[in-house]
Amino acid sequence: MTADKIFVSLGGLFTMGFIAWFFLFKNEEEIRAENSIDITVDGGYSPEAVFVPRGKTTKLNFFRKDSTDCLDEVVLGDFKIRRKLPLNQKVTVEITPQKTGEYDYSCAMNMYHGKIIVRD
Amino acid sequence: MESKKKSLSISGMHCASCVRVIEKSLSKTPGVTYANVNLLNESADVEYDPSAVSEAQLLQAVSNVGYEATMVDEAKKEDEDKKEKEAQLRVLRRKAAFSLIVGGLILLASFPGLESLAPWFLKNFVVQFVLASLVQFGPGLEFYRATLPALRHRTANMDTLIAFGTSAAFAYSMLVTFAPQFIRALGIAPMPYFDVSTLVIGLILLGRFFEAQAKMGTSEAIKKLIGLQAKTARVVEKGKEFDVPIDQVTVGQVVRVRPGEKIPLDGRILEGISGVDESMVTGESFPVDKKPGDQVIGGTINKTGSFIYKVEKVAGQSLLAQIIKLVAEAQASKAPIQRLADVVSSYFVPIVLMLAVATFVLWYNLGPQPSFLFALLSSITVLIIACPCAMGLATPTAVMVGVGTGAKEGILIKNAESLETAHKINTVILDKTGTLTEGKPELTDIMESQKSKVKGPKLLELAASLEKGSEHSLAEPILRAAEKDKVQTFPVKNFLALPGLGIKGEIAGRKVLFGNRQLMDKEKVDFTLWEEKIVKLESEGKTVMLLGGRTQKGAELLGLLAMADVLKDHAKEAIHQLQEMGIEVVMITGDNRRTAESIARQVGIDRVLAEVLPDQKEAEVQRIQKEGRVVAMVGDGINDAPALSAADIGIAMGSGTDIAIEAANITLISKDLRSIPAAITLSQKTMRTIKMNLFWAFGYNAVLIPVAMGALFPFFHVLLSPILASGAMAFSSVSVVSNSLLLKRAKIKYA
Repeated sequence: MTADKIFVSLGGLFTMGFIAWFFLFKNEEEIRAENSIDITVDGGYSPEAVFVPRGKTTKLNFFRKDSTDCLDEVVLGDFKIRRKLPLNQKVTVEITPQKTGEYDYSCAMNMYHGKIIVRD
Repeated sequence: MESKKKSLSISGMHCASCVRVIEKSLSKTPGVTYANVNLLNESADVEYDPSAVSEAQLLQAVSNVGYEATMVDEAKKEDEDKKEKEAQLRVLRRKAAFSLIVGGLILLASFPGLESLAPWFLKNFVVQFVLASLVQFGPGLEFYRATLPALRHRTANMDTLIAFGTSAAFAYSMLVTFAPQFIRALGIAPMPYFDVSTLVIGLILLGRFFEAQAKMGTSEAIKKLIGLQAKTARVVEKGKEFDVPIDQVTVGQVVRVRPGEKIPLDGRILEGISGVDESMVTGESFPVDKKPGDQVIGGTINKTGSFIYKVEKVAGQSLLAQIIKLVAEAQASKAPIQRLADVVSSYFVPIVLMLAVATFVLWYNLGPQPSFLFALLSSITVLIIACPCAMGLATPTAVMVGVGTGAKEGILIKNAESLETAHKINTVILDKTGTLTEGKPELTDIMESQKSKVKGPKLLELAASLEKGSEHSLAEPILRAAEKDKVQTFPVKNFLALPGLGIKGEIAGRKVLFGNRQLMDKEKVDFTLWEEKIVKLESEGKTVMLLGGRTQKGAELLGLLAMADVLKDHAKEAIHQLQEMGIEVVMITGDNRRTAESIARQVGIDRVLAEVLPDQKEAEVQRIQKEGRVVAMVGDGINDAPALSAADIGIAMGSGTDIAIEAANITLISKDLRSIPAAITLSQKTMRTIKMNLFWAFGYNAVLIPVAMGALFPFFHVLLSPILASGAMAFSSVSVVSNSLLLKRAKIKYA
């Protein structure tokens, strides 16, 4: 094996490791919602994970700043909510979860993900 | 408390502080629960209690603090949404066309054999670079714009793959153009790949254009339902008629509807007769005759006559509004089958990125010369061909179209999970009264005892007197007959209803019993001599009620009354259809076994659960489930709500009331039994589409990613070009959406 091949192989392995670490091993930003919380939609949902108390109505205020077509709808499948998110406009979604657990939500194409964690 | 949402359009706002001022003013208005002002589009969303505050007061609250506001018309908003979407589509089409034309020109100038046709200047690398830059940072900018914020969140998506892939091709070509000596040093002839970067962008955008267009079709059904809502109603007051916006019409107001007009709201006819086309709500194709006292549904079309009717529900609570809400919720819900796709898609893009790197390393180390070029092109192909969108779209688009198609036929599915479970149904339990039959029994026979002094009309008198106070399901035919024959009724003392047995009470000092055999047994009334007559009536499918009397001298049977219920039209046909589909049909009823079996025979049902008390229905459903069957229970959704929820799928039929919709997984607005096989067929077809989509989406990636990596190269020396890859990828997600749209044309009724 020549030097350049060894260099490419090691570089490749390192890059793959980096990709795995960068995308798959990240600490999600988690924020506790008190009655209402603002979620910015810009290349994803920020904060990504929201703690919501069980049995209480919480307002999720989505604000979309990203013009990506995919993000123009948010789908909270477990709460049977599908809502259009016009650009630069606050859209409020109300949920009153009755069961604790983790509920994923996503854009209409299921490419961007966010999470609602319901706790007592 | 009632709550209503409205948007106000506000002018005169300049800064963030204006927002605060208006929000405060609105929030302080009594009756307003929520106010949110948006500076950018100069509007406010307000939630309020319409009984506490009027629209005028809301507008006043804004003008009080120095701004001007008007109410936003919802229909207009819907229209604007559509216009906005169409404008977006036009932009997308223009971007795709521009990229494809530029890409085509560059391809022409660099494709071996074709290049002689191209004008000389196009062959200049710098000219190609300028053209490709226009695409890369013009139409191609949207890929970067979606990638960068996502990377900040440490997530990756479809756009990340395209951005990386085209950037690699673009950067390499740039190097070839401006520093060819580096490329030569690698032993590669310096040829740029500007055609790849531009055509890939063009084809992906073209795919998105088709996909967006197809996606608009998936929500068509609900848009049509919303379009059914009337805008105004012609209210009649003190002999005068005037048009009123429907959300201002209140319960109890009287509305006139002329032939050919839309009935604005739910209500009951006061005067006039007409034929009404209810197909858009119930799915029943024939006009329904309406006369005074009959119910009319808002959004349906009055065909022949003119009538006036009394409004019974306000706009927000009408059947149509409920249907719209139900459909919207169901379309947004998640099918269990989607979970797998969810898990896969959350790891998909990072894995593809890693595979692209691995491809590069493998080709560089093992590939033929020039290995760097092979390595680069194959890893770009891997990035481009991977298609996570198809996986994400596979289930939701099919659910949206499936639920929408159902709604058009009067089949309302509560959520995607119900739609999924319904395709597994292999047993359908039908409640007899009101589901299989019209639920309007008629009195057919009255037989008197030879020994008793109580004769013909007297029997009806006693029965009617007792039934008057009862809510027994068989009371109605007796009371109707009594009214028709104008017999008198007597006051009843110590009335008692015995569920599953009958009723008893005291009339003129004599104890009277009216019910089935069990009641007579319990009260020690001898009916052995009557057995033969009873059996004969029961074998004709009639329900027999015995009338017994008891005095100090003892108990005796006074006579019997028999009733029969008419089977619904198409009942036999519907049951036959279910059986053809391999589904066992079971009838459940509180009736006596012989009566039940006679009716079951008429419609071709083999299995009968007879003499089931109302509160035992639930247990019967569970018993059949224990046999390992997937059970659908069909009832009216009001009296049998527990049985409906116990079943795997509860189907409420022919009512569309809140309670029924709440209890049922599937609500059938039409009373036609054939909508049961139609609903199950719809579920089966939708599931087939979902499975096809998922198979296609997974299969596509599982086959083509390895091919892009070069899996076929060792055997056939073929390698996929990145341009073909982008075409395949665009086609893949479009085909998933189009396949879902085919469900619209699925034949689910009367197959």
